[in-house]
This record gives sequence, structure tokens and C-alpha cells, in this order.
Amino acid sequence: MSIEVCNLVRLAPGTQQRLLDDVSLKVPDGAFVALVGPSGAGKTTLLRAIAGLDSCNSGSVLLDDRPMTSVKDRAGRMGFVFQNYALFPHVTVARNIAFGLDVQPRAERPSRQLIARRVEELLELMQLQGMGGKHPAKLSGGQRQRVALARALATGPRVLLLDEPFGALDPIVRRSIRTWLRELHDTLGLTTILVTHDQEEALEVADRIVVMQSGRIMQDATPLDLDEQPATEFVMEFLGEAVSFAGEVRHGRMLPDDALVLPFAVPQGVSDGPVVAMLRPYEITIQKPGSEQDVLSIYAAPRGTRNGYRHYTLQLGERIIPFYRPVDETDAQVQGVALDISRSRLFRQGLLCG
Amino acid sequence: MGRQIYERCVMTLSRLAFFKAGGSALPGYRLSLTLTLGWTGFFIILPLSTLLVYPWQGGPGAMVSALHDSRMLAALWTSFSCAAIAAACNIPCGLLLAWALARGSLPGHRLADALIDLPLALPTAVSGITLATLYGPHGWLGSLLAEFGVSVSYNKGGIVLALMFVGLPFVVRAVEPVLRNLPQELEEAAHLLGARPWQIFVRIIAAPILPALITGFGLAFARGIGEYGSVIFIAGNQPFKSEIAPLLIVVRLQEFDYPGATAIALVLLCVSLVSLALIGGFRRRFALWSEPV
Repeated sequence: MSIEVCNLVRLAPGTQQRLLDDVSLKVPDGAFVALVGPSGAGKTTLLRAIAGLDSCNSGSVLLDDRPMTSVKDRAGRMGFVFQNYALFPHVTVARNIAFGLDVQPRAERPSRQLIARRVEELLELMQLQGMGGKHPAKLSGGQRQRVALARALATGPRVLLLDEPFGALDPIVRRSIRTWLRELHDTLGLTTILVTHDQEEALEVADRIVVMQSGRIMQDATPLDLDEQPATEFVMEFLGEAVSFAGEVRHGRMLPDDALVLPFAVPQGVSDGPVVAMLRPYEITIQKPGSEQDVLSIYAAPRGTRNGYRHYTLQLGERIIPFYRPVDETDAQVQGVALDISRSRLFRQGLLCG
Repeated sequence: MGRQIYERCVMTLSRLAFFKAGGSALPGYRLSLTLTLGWTGFFIILPLSTLLVYPWQGGPGAMVSALHDSRMLAALWTSFSCAAIAAACNIPCGLLLAWALARGSLPGHRLADALIDLPLALPTAVSGITLATLYGPHGWLGSLLAEFGVSVSYNKGGIVLALMFVGLPFVVRAVEPVLRNLPQELEEAAHLLGARPWQIFVRIIAAPILPALITGFGLAFARGIGEYGSVIFIAGNQPFKSEIAPLLIVVRLQEFDYPGATAIALVLLCVSLVSLALIGGFRRRFALWSEPV
């Protein structure tokens, strides 16, 4: 089921502050989209607007090209998982899962046996066999998370909306439930929108990532595009550690302000003028000395190993710069005369320019 | 034999161990314990025990005949039934008010919030006179109601009305914090799962607020049984018809019939204790239902 958001505007009640500022988004059938951004960027607001939980000042939400005006239109067709799961504490897990079926009008409601069978199926799908009789308070965080998912899926929705679903889980459970969720999405053929502030999580599960900042969509792209062509400095920084060097482009060459950073050729089409070059710590390389007389002014101090990279820090004048090399790179250059940053993306006034 | 006595003494003493400071982090444990016991002893248990003892002074025969007084039985029935009806009527009214206070942000809700407690602060005689003036046969509302053939003064209707007035704050104040603390996401989740508003109320909201409603009912009921000032002006106070038990006590006292007065008080005390205990039991039962076991 495809979702389309058109020019959504939501003002904070009683003020002119724009929580959602003319947001448009198209999510095709079967896509897994992650909404990422810092706190207060409007991710959850957008998700709640898609679910119809908050009214918007203008704009519309279309589900399979049909406009949705109220929660009632969406009931049973969109599964929503809240950040704190919002399980009903006074009924059992089975009753929680069956809720969406139990409340249907008598004419549409499946028989009691059918509901019980559906609950059993879902418990099995969620790897929660035998938990049906327990109350939510007796479950662990990961189990509650899966009960919330089962409840959202009980009515067979084609769309799944997840609001920071992994926030309260410990790292190990988080990782396993993440992969499992992606599998679930693929097996059930869902269209999923996930809100998270953890960019790594988003990069791992989603096909497409929507970066938001101050109520606006900054970029909507695949993880690869996002890494290669971040639209703004903010996106570049948000998606992982980034190092920036100010400088100037003159005659097709970028001349960094810092004397210890080598100039490099810029792509065609970048006009002359001041720019900011940004790159990831593992994209920096250190220029070897050309002769014996060269002064080794760059030295990388080791700072441990993580995720297959050796971490270093470089002292560059006043600045301390992170610098990573792959662990298996035996002849890692950690001393040299200058920094090579030719793999940088160039930004001018915050926007990508080459 | 001696050993048995010794063991019994040790057991008794170990039960009294809480008198010792017993590793409590609170300073002044003994002082506060003494104060609490002294307070409950002198101000609650001592007066109540005299109440238990006093009616029997004329001998058991006098007590039995006092308890068979049909006027007293009628007054007790009036008191308890009216208090129960009023408390029951206060449940929906109090729930709606608490809902509006907790969820609504209408202009003036702060003022309404302050006004709700007014019946608690107002001298009961003042509220009694006000109600009697309003609902009396010639009062503003009373004359209007009289045109429709409804009379709420000088009968049980008037008593219920007065008791509803004084009991309302108890229900509102018991329910409001619970409603306020109820996570709104539960309702949103139910709404998204397709529940209609009444289903959300019955399935999601009712369970957690039920214990609070029972508490509110119990408090309003207890207040209703003891209420005197606000009722007597509007009740008409006809024996066997609209006379409440507290008033009958006053009547007996004015007749210098002290054993009669205390007999009524004793019955009032016993029935109140039993009903409060019952309500407390109900509340715990429903609290267990609404909370995860």
C-alpha cells in the first residue's frame, strides 16, 4: 500500500512555530523508509500525522491515492507501534493482540475461534509461544516490543508505522530485533515507515532514508546516495562522524586554508569561491615524505580499535582530527608531511556543490 | 510447662519488636510512633469505646428496646439509602467533571477547579440554607420544578440533593489524578486499532479508574452518612419520612435520652464501619484486576 504525504503543515498549538513545514513524501508500496533527524526535527510529528493522530493545519495524507481524513479511515489498515509500546496493562498478552479484532462491529468480527487462532499465529510469528496468558508487565522489553508489533499486525494492515521502536532495548536485543523486523517486513510484504534518531539503525534496515531537520525534509535518498551525495552539511554530519576543512576554490583546485592539507582538483562545474570540504575520518590519507629532509609534521596517535578500524587522532594546529585506518591495512601510514583530503564533498553555504 | 510459658513470652515480645527503632532510616522513630499511638488512642479509640460502653448503662433490656425503636430504624434507613443514592449519582457527575478538568482546557477551567472544593470548605449550614432557598417551593429552581410536578424539598429527594452537593468533591478529587496520569497513548493505540469511543472507555479507561471511582464512592458515602448541617434545612425532617439518623440523635439529646442517642450512634458506627470495610475490599479487588498481577 503506497503512502503519499502532500504539503503537510502543522503549527505548534497556539503559536506560529512550524512543527511540520510543508512536508511532502512519497512512499511506494513495499518500501522500508526510515525517518531520521535530531530530537525536535519533526520525525514523530510526521509519523503521527500520517497515522492521523494529530490534526494538521493544511496538507493531506493519501493511502493508495485515497485521501485519509480521520483515524477511522485508517483503523485496521495501518499498524502503529508506539515508542513505549502502549500495551494495555490490565489485560493479557493474548487480549492485547486480539484487541483490534475484538472491537470490530459484530458483522465483521471473526468468530472467537478464528481470533484465538490468529493470536496463536501471531505469537508464533513473534517467537512468543506460551506468553499469551501473561500480563505485559511480566515481559522483558524485547518481548513487549514484539507484543506491540503483533497487536499492530493483528488486523492485517499493509502499512506499519514504528515510532522509535528500539529506543528502550539493550544493544544485543536491538540488533537481533532489527534484522528480524526487516525479515518480517519482507515476508509480510509491508510498507514500513520507521522513526529513529540512530542513523546506523536506519542505514542498516531501510531502503530509503529521509533526513529531517526543523520540521523539513532535508534529503530523501538511498543509504548509498546519502553517503556519496549528502545534500547539506547537516546531512553529512548527521550520518556519521565528519571532518570539515575550510578553503577556497581557484581555477578548478581547492586550496585549503590549512597549510598542512594538500590542495586537490575539484570536479568541473564548481565555481571559484570559498567552500567547505567534508569527509569521513577513514577517507583521509596521510602524505608520505618525499625525501629524507622533509619534516614529519603529521603524527597520528592511536586511540584503540573499533568495528574493524584503528582509530587515531591527529593534531593539526589547534584542531584535533579523528583519523581511521582499516585494521588489516598492515602498512598504515601514521606519519607524514601533509593530509590528503581529495575524497571530500564540497559544500558552499551549507549546500552540496560538487 | 515453664518452657512453654517462656516461649510464649518470647513470641509476644518479638511481636512488640516494632517498638524498637529497628534499623529504620527515619529519625525520631520512637517519637513519631508514640505520637501516632497516643493520637489514635486519645482522639479516636477512647471516644469510640465510650460510645460502645455508654448505651449499655441502662441494662441490656433498655438497649434492646432502644434498638427496636421503629423511628430510629426509619431514620437509619433514610440516612443510608440517601447516602448511597447520592454517592451513586455522584459517580457519573464526578467522572464527567474530573474528565473535563483533566483533559479539557476550556477557558475558566482553573476557576472550576477551585470551585469544586468549595462544598468542603463551606460551613454545612450555609450550603443547607442555600440549597433550601434555591430548591424550596418558592425558590428559583424549586418553583420551576414545582410547575413540572417535581418537588425536591422536604422529602428524600432533597436529602439526596444536599448529599450530592457535599459528596461531589470526593469523587472528582479521587478520579482526577488517575485520569490525568493515564497515558494518552493507550487511547490513541485503541483508536488506531479501530475501537469506537465507547469501546475505548469501557475497555481501556474503565479498568484503571474503577478503584478510584470506588474510593470516591466510599468517601462520598461516608460523608453522606455523617452529614447533618446541609441536610436538615432542605429535608423537612418529618419522622418516618425524611428524618436522618444524625438529626434523630440531636432530637434524642434534646429529650435528655442519652442512652437512646448513643444507641443510634452505635448502630451508625457499626454499619458505617462494615460498609467502609466492604468498599475497601471491593477497591482492592478491582485494583488487582486493573493492575498486572
